[in-house]
Amino acid sequence: MPVDYLPILVMIAIVTAFAVIALTLSAMTGPRRPNPTKLSPYESGMPPFGSARRRFSIKYYLTAVLFILFDIEIIFFYPWAVLFRDLGWFGLSAMGTFMLVLLIGYVYVWRKGGFEWD
Amino acid sequence: MTVNHYIFLSAILFSIGAVGVLIRRNPLIMFMGIELMLNAANLAFVAFSRQLQSIDGQVFVFLILAVAAAEVAVGLAIIVALFRTRQTVNVDDVNALKG
Amino acid sequence: MSLSVPDLNFRVIAPALIVALTALIVLLAELVTPAPRKRWLGVLGLIGLLIAAGATVGLWGAPASAFGGMVVADNFGLFLTLVILLGAALSILLALDFVRAHRVDQGEYYVLVLFAVVGMILMATATDLIVIFLALELLSLPLYILAAFKRADARSLEAGLKYFLLGAFSSAFFLYGIAFIFGGTGTTNLMKIADALAKNPRNDLLLVGAGLLLVGFAFKVALVPFHWWTPDVYDGAPTAVTAFMSVGVKAAAFGAFFRAFLVALPAFAFDWRIVLAALAVLTMTLGNVAALLQSNVKRMLAYSSIAHAGYILIALVAMGASGLSSALFYLLAYTLTNLGAFGAVIALSDGERERLEIRDWGGAARQYPFIAAMFAIFMLSLAGFPPLAGFTGKFLIFSAAVETGWAWLAVIGVLNSLVSAYFYLRPIVQMYMSEPVPGWDRIRVAPLVALALVLALIGVIALGLYPTPAIVMATGGFLR
Repeated sequence: MPVDYLPILVMIAIVTAFAVIALTLSAMTGPRRPNPTKLSPYESGMPPFGSARRRFSIKYYLTAVLFILFDIEIIFFYPWAVLFRDLGWFGLSAMGTFMLVLLIGYVYVWRKGGFEWD
Repeated sequence: MTVNHYIFLSAILFSIGAVGVLIRRNPLIMFMGIELMLNAANLAFVAFSRQLQSIDGQVFVFLILAVAAAEVAVGLAIIVALFRTRQTVNVDDVNALKG
Repeated sequence: MSLSVPDLNFRVIAPALIVALTALIVLLAELVTPAPRKRWLGVLGLIGLLIAAGATVGLWGAPASAFGGMVVADNFGLFLTLVILLGAALSILLALDFVRAHRVDQGEYYVLVLFAVVGMILMATATDLIVIFLALELLSLPLYILAAFKRADARSLEAGLKYFLLGAFSSAFFLYGIAFIFGGTGTTNLMKIADALAKNPRNDLLLVGAGLLLVGFAFKVALVPFHWWTPDVYDGAPTAVTAFMSVGVKAAAFGAFFRAFLVALPAFAFDWRIVLAALAVLTMTLGNVAALLQSNVKRMLAYSSIAHAGYILIALVAMGASGLSSALFYLLAYTLTNLGAFGAVIALSDGERERLEIRDWGGAARQYPFIAAMFAIFMLSLAGFPPLAGFTGKFLIFSAAVETGWAWLAVIGVLNSLVSAYFYLRPIVQMYMSEPVPGWDRIRVAPLVALALVLALIGVIALGLYPTPAIVMATGGFLR
């Protein structure tokens, strides 16, 4: 029935209003007194050297992308490691299959020269 | 703090992400908006999971994180490849295809 | 603490497993295959698809569920699996020479196609929203790369970027919808959602979730007003990729769309049928009208595919056994016809130069009578002329709509088909009535492409003249 959808409409209205109001208010009321320290990018408390807008070698992207891909798989290993004994052979074989698939990807990247810097 | 607080926060995050995708013109920023939307969904899953006393929602978050990482890899690769040929990544300049 | 091992029945997902295994083998074989022999990797992929098709047929008739009710091998899913495998096999046949002509002759092409097929099969057979989401991503990610596969071509990269941004955007809606459905019912299993709804029909969270889910599906199958990415992506992507995704994604996404709405949400059928009927009218009409205005064959076929999504949506509105079987038949007919149409574009292209504008097709019938005749038949089938597959499909869908009291929707569908005849006939008129365009007369049609076209043609004519076996196969329905 159409009246059942009223809460949805109300929610959409509230959410939109909140986003718009929050963005406008902070843009209108917030003081803007920029100084060099405020504008400098935060880099673990180290004084930044050079401009952050200078170009990076495209090679960083490849390395970063490969890192993310293999890094994120850790989240599947963690619960498995916690429950290693309870999961037993079933868990080991399932994880072995998972590792094997990852390994095939690893071999592919390696043989294609994805890990070579030059 | 009830589950509603979390759901409202997640709805706000989702909306910010969606608006970001629609109004920004840099694919990297648009992509950040998409990531924000995915993480809003993650927050909703975790909140519901706690409310329902069910571990399922938390397991889904693991899967979604992995999917998001794969999306990052593919998306960045395409953006970098496009930048190499066009020297621009502004989507308004990316207009070889009409429409 | 004891953990229960879920009901692992790998037989149920054998088709997807076989394709995944083939993809991994092709990936490793790519490393040791010298450049001139890359096409054998495609042949390896074809063999894998054939074995998977055999496994699918082996599962036929004995519906089974596995992995805690996350996937099923019911006749609905298996029929779509066969459609997807057929579409993938034909598009690999189309691609074998295409990738060489476009200088992207790499084994990765076939690996990505195979992984996308795994995602499509899982999407068509999944009965859990999270598995549907994972399958959707598994099919989308390779397709983003495939759309951008011609790395030297800015148009291809642009298509990849647009497809990626809008695809990921819509996936986020889809996922957020799943989160709300999970919140409202405590489960993501389609059958259990239906049970929860039966107990407690007023469920606001679930309504929000279903709405978001609908947006996600609408993006993926390209329903108006969520269609605007389609023409650009179809136009910019390499033609062999366009052919593959125009059929495979539709079959997989419509499979999950039907299953999600018919299995999990029948309690809300009254509400969503009206919404979907409106979307169907919009989609058919806008798709056909926009197709009328196109001068580019790939863009015209893109809008045509939008319009066809509208026809298939009528089958979902009709619900019931006749709606389901008509949609399955339509997807099979559409797969064969659309692959044939794109295949003809590939067949008559000259290296990297393609006949993209309709005027380029002038006099093609005189230069290449067989290919031109086949292209004409595929166009007529898309328009819905008897006795071709497209006609039977439309007939089944419209009669299912009339049967279930949606006659007005069927009437709008018929009117739309009449409008569509105009733009489908335009290339035919151009081929048969116009003078040959200079510079298009020294094309060697690749034998494998011709083979794929002939296979598609046999299917299109057979489904038109003798549709009964396919209709019988399509009436299996869901396992609930």
